[in-house]
Amino acid sequence: MNIKEIKSEFPIFKQKINGKPLIYLDSANSSQKPKSVINKTSSFYENDFSNVGRSVHSLAVKATNRFEETRDKVKNYINAKQREEIIFTKGATEAINLVASSFGDMYIKEGDEIIITELEHHSNYIPWHFIRQKNKAIIKFAEVNEKGEVEIDEIKKLINNKTKIIAITHLSNVTGAITPIKKIVDLAKTKNIPVLVDGCQAAPHFKLDMQELGCDFYAISCHKMYGPTGLGILYAKKKWLDILPPYQGGGGMIDEVTKNIVTFAPTPTKFEAGTLQTAQVVAFNESIKFIENLGINNISTYENMILEYGLEKLKKNNSISIIGDPKEKGSVISFTIKGIHPHDIATILDDDGVAIRAGHHCCQILHDKLGVPATARASIGIYNSKEDIDILCQAIDNCKKVFQI
Amino acid sequence: MELKELYQEIILDHGKNPKNKGQCDNFNRQAKGHNPLCGDKVHIYLKLNKDQEVDDISFEGEGCAISLASASILTEIIKGKNFNNSKKIIKNFLNMVKNESKIAINNLTKDQQTTIMSLSGVKQFPMRVKCATMAWHTLTSALEGKEKNE
Repeated sequence: MNIKEIKSEFPIFKQKINGKPLIYLDSANSSQKPKSVINKTSSFYENDFSNVGRSVHSLAVKATNRFEETRDKVKNYINAKQREEIIFTKGATEAINLVASSFGDMYIKEGDEIIITELEHHSNYIPWHFIRQKNKAIIKFAEVNEKGEVEIDEIKKLINNKTKIIAITHLSNVTGAITPIKKIVDLAKTKNIPVLVDGCQAAPHFKLDMQELGCDFYAISCHKMYGPTGLGILYAKKKWLDILPPYQGGGGMIDEVTKNIVTFAPTPTKFEAGTLQTAQVVAFNESIKFIENLGINNISTYENMILEYGLEKLKKNNSISIIGDPKEKGSVISFTIKGIHPHDIATILDDDGVAIRAGHHCCQILHDKLGVPATARASIGIYNSKEDIDILCQAIDNCKKVFQI
Repeated sequence: MELKELYQEIILDHGKNPKNKGQCDNFNRQAKGHNPLCGDKVHIYLKLNKDQEVDDISFEGEGCAISLASASILTEIIKGKNFNNSKKIIKNFLNMVKNESKIAINNLTKDQQTTIMSLSGVKQFPMRVKCATMAWHTLTSALEGKEKNE
């Protein structure tokens, strides 16, 4: 892969940060956008824009076609069985809230149990907390081991006849642990328990195949996939979408409306109330094209090489502790430096043009478990190179100099 | 942006070896503050005597060098000041890190002025201003006898 060429497709890298080249190691937070995605957004507004799925004029037809083309693109990209299984949401957060709300209202009653894990981002905990409060349900947390991963046995021992759903991340945004989703789905199937996967961190980094994975729900964040903000995708098996009640009411999602009776459109329209993020949906097609042109398996192989290189280099530094050591790991390196708080690390690194994230990364449960209030996190995207890791390491040495360690 | 202005010697010293850490004896006012975005926490304890003077003050907390140094410096400055004066210092401090470059307080010693001014570098780092102000907002709550979250 010619990373220099790939990086040149991202206009953001033309600028200097504090007089230094931008070293962007915060893609797990949000990835940068290639020119094709940016251009598509403006060209759509300039040439094809109107509201979709409502009017009959020529522009409405063009806009609707562009919009629905992305649905087909996503369906093929994640190998869903049907295009009706792809719902556009305002983000992965809304996708999970949709399931927690619609599924929770219908199936989770007092005393019923929801299994999540200690690895979860707040977006895969708080929506279930709402259901816990509203319906007097119980949330059980599958524990992480000392390597920062969740083993299938931890899930197995929590399952009982009150378990109504298992909601689990595909890739931890803190330890980088890849969870054994296929095994969990196979196990859950034997007990007829649906599985929701938070795929925010996995989707940009490895091949997704919904039919092979067999999960019931899969949430994707488009802005982490070199795509626009304000957009997420909920994949759900059609059998669920057919029975679950709508999440929000409004224009576009209805079938018939009278003063007494309201009926709803079939899926996916039932779950897409109001005018959606039209331009973002259209532009997201270009994000998938960008990934497809490089080949997702090539991206995985390349990013893993950078990850290994980074881990090896950082491990050599005695004052650095890497958070978690999972067997299957992807794309993120969380760490602490003895004597320097992660926020100070992030500020000092920024002075060298290095962008990382510091804090609890919306995973307070996990940080409590690990016994650290905050960590620093370097996360990898397709534009990162070994040189970026070298600069990160030099910037870390500068941190130690500033703090006289 | 100048990194050296943020991480001055005084700040690094206070951050590494914060003064007045723990619970002071016979405290009669306290307040907790935390920043939910980053997880920094501070708990301020103080003893206000019958003349409305801060006899003793201390803090517990975890956070970055800026937030620890700010809390530590705060306890050094406020100890011995009366209620009204403390409120004035807080107001001046918050003004300093947000707008003004200098702090104008008459009854601080030159050393105290230098120490408190060392936190003014944070102004150039908008994302870090809250690190410096959290302890001071929490002090207001403690003085007024209520809890405050930032």
